[in-house]
Amino acid sequence: MPRKLKKAIKKESILQTALTLFSVKGFHKTTIPDIAKRLGMSSGNLYNYFGSKDELAKEIIKYTSDYLGDKIRKVNEQDISSKEKIRKIVELYFAMTLEKPEMIEYFLRVYLSHREVFLNGCEGMICVSGFITEIMIFFSEGVQKEELRDQDFFSAFGLFMGYLGGMAFLHGEAILEKPLEEYVEDVATNIYTALKA
Amino acid sequence: MSKPKLLWLQSITCNGNTHSFFNLQNFDALMRAFDVLYHPLLETPYGLEDIYTKKLACDVLILEGAFKSRGYKKFGKETYALAKEYSKRAKHTITMGSCATFGGVFKEAQEHTIAGFCFNKEQKRSTYKHYINTLISLPGCPAHPKWLAYVLEMILQEREIEVDEFYRPIEIFAYTAHAGCVRNEYFEWKIDVKNYGEKEGCLFYENGCRGPFTNANCNKMLWNDISSKTRVGTPCFGCTEPSFPQRNLFFTKTNMGIPANMPFGIPARAYLSVTGVAKSFRIKRFTQPLMEYKK
Repeated sequence: MPRKLKKAIKKESILQTALTLFSVKGFHKTTIPDIAKRLGMSSGNLYNYFGSKDELAKEIIKYTSDYLGDKIRKVNEQDISSKEKIRKIVELYFAMTLEKPEMIEYFLRVYLSHREVFLNGCEGMICVSGFITEIMIFFSEGVQKEELRDQDFFSAFGLFMGYLGGMAFLHGEAILEKPLEEYVEDVATNIYTALKA
Repeated sequence: MSKPKLLWLQSITCNGNTHSFFNLQNFDALMRAFDVLYHPLLETPYGLEDIYTKKLACDVLILEGAFKSRGYKKFGKETYALAKEYSKRAKHTITMGSCATFGGVFKEAQEHTIAGFCFNKEQKRSTYKHYINTLISLPGCPAHPKWLAYVLEMILQEREIEVDEFYRPIEIFAYTAHAGCVRNEYFEWKIDVKNYGEKEGCLFYENGCRGPFTNANCNKMLWNDISSKTRVGTPCFGCTEPSFPQRNLFFTKTNMGIPANMPFGIPARAYLSVTGVAKSFRIKRFTQPLMEYKK
C-alpha cells in the first residue's frame, strides 16, 4: 500500500475514534492519551497526525460535514423533484443518525456546545461548508425550478436542518415513541409543505 | 492603393453607437483611411436616397440599429432587405451595438417582429448562414468606440479577427466586465455597497451588477480612457449580452439568497464554497472607507 494512502487511512481512523470518544465521553473529558490508547498507538505518534486536541476537533467537524455533504450531493445530482429530494435528504439524515450517531452527537454536543474550541479556524461556515454548500445548491435549484418558494436562505435552512437536528436529538434522548425511520414520511411532508412554492 | 469603401447604414436606432464612435480620439485619422460613402451624420459623397436607390459597391458595411423584417421602409424599400443586399456584396459586415447585433432595446417594443441582423437575442436568424462568413458583432449599448476602431484597424491591416459563438472579437469579449473592476477586493470578500453612489463595496449582490457574467472589456479598455460604469458606482447592465436589456436593472436575481447567475465558467458548488468561507471573516479594512483605515 502506498505510504500516502496508508497515512490517509490512519488519519481517518483517528478521526473516527476521536469522534466516538468525544461524543460519548464528552470533549473535555477525552484526552489525547485516551484516543491513542483506543487506537493502540502512542500519544507521540498521534501528534504526528494532529497537533492538538483542538485541531483534531476542527478536523472532525470538517470530516462529518463533508460526509453529510457528499450524501446530499448525490441527491442533488439526481434528476428528481424537490419534493423527492427532501424525502431523500430526510431519509439519509435519519439513516446517518442511526448508523453513525456519533456524527450527529458530535455536531450537537461538541460543535454547538463548545464554540470556544472552534473560534479560531472554524469561523462562520468554514468547517461546515461541505454540507451547507449542498443545501444552498438544493434550495437555489428548487427555486429556479419553481418548486420551492423564494425566501431568505437562513429562514429555510433553519427550518430544514434545525428540524432534522431536533428530531435526532429527541431520538438520542430516547424520547420518541416510534423508531426514527417511521418519522421520515411526516417530517419530509412537513418540510416540503413549509418550503414549497 | 485605393481606400476600402465604408458604408454606415442605420435601421431602427437612437444614434447612440454613432455618437459613441464620434468620441474616438483618433476618429479623423482613422476615417481618413477609408472612403466613407455614406454616414447619416457626416458629410459624405452619397445621400440616403442614393444608397437606397443605387447599388453602391462597398467593402465595409457597418449596421446600426435593430431590424424589422417588414414594415420599415425608406424610398419604397425595406431597410432589412437593403442591409442584406449590401452585406452580400461587402467583404465585412459589422453590427455596431446591441440592437443591430441581437435586437437590443428596440426589440422590447415589438418582440416578435424586431431583431438583430443575424441574431434574434441568442437565436440564429435565417440570415445567419448567408452572412456569417463576413460578420463581426460589436454589441454594447452603446459599443465602445475603440471596439470599432480595433475592428477597422484589423481590416486595414488585413489581419484575421478571431470571434466567439456570437461573432464577437475575442480580443475584446473574452474578458468580463468584472475583470479590472476596482471593486474586486469587495467581491472577493463579499462586502456589498449599502447605498447608491458609494465608491467602495461590491455591486453584485445588492445592486444588480452583471459584470462577472458579461463578456466585455469595459474595465480594461476604459470609457473616454478614464472610467466605467462600476467605477462610478453603477452596476454593469450586461449590455453586450444577447439577454440585454433585463428588467429591474438594479436588482440581483437570487434564489433563496443565492445568486441565480454564477460568474462565467465557475460551477455553483465551487462559487458557493468559496463565498461561504469568505463571508465567515470580517475584514476590518473593508468595513469603513479606505481612506479612514489608517487614521
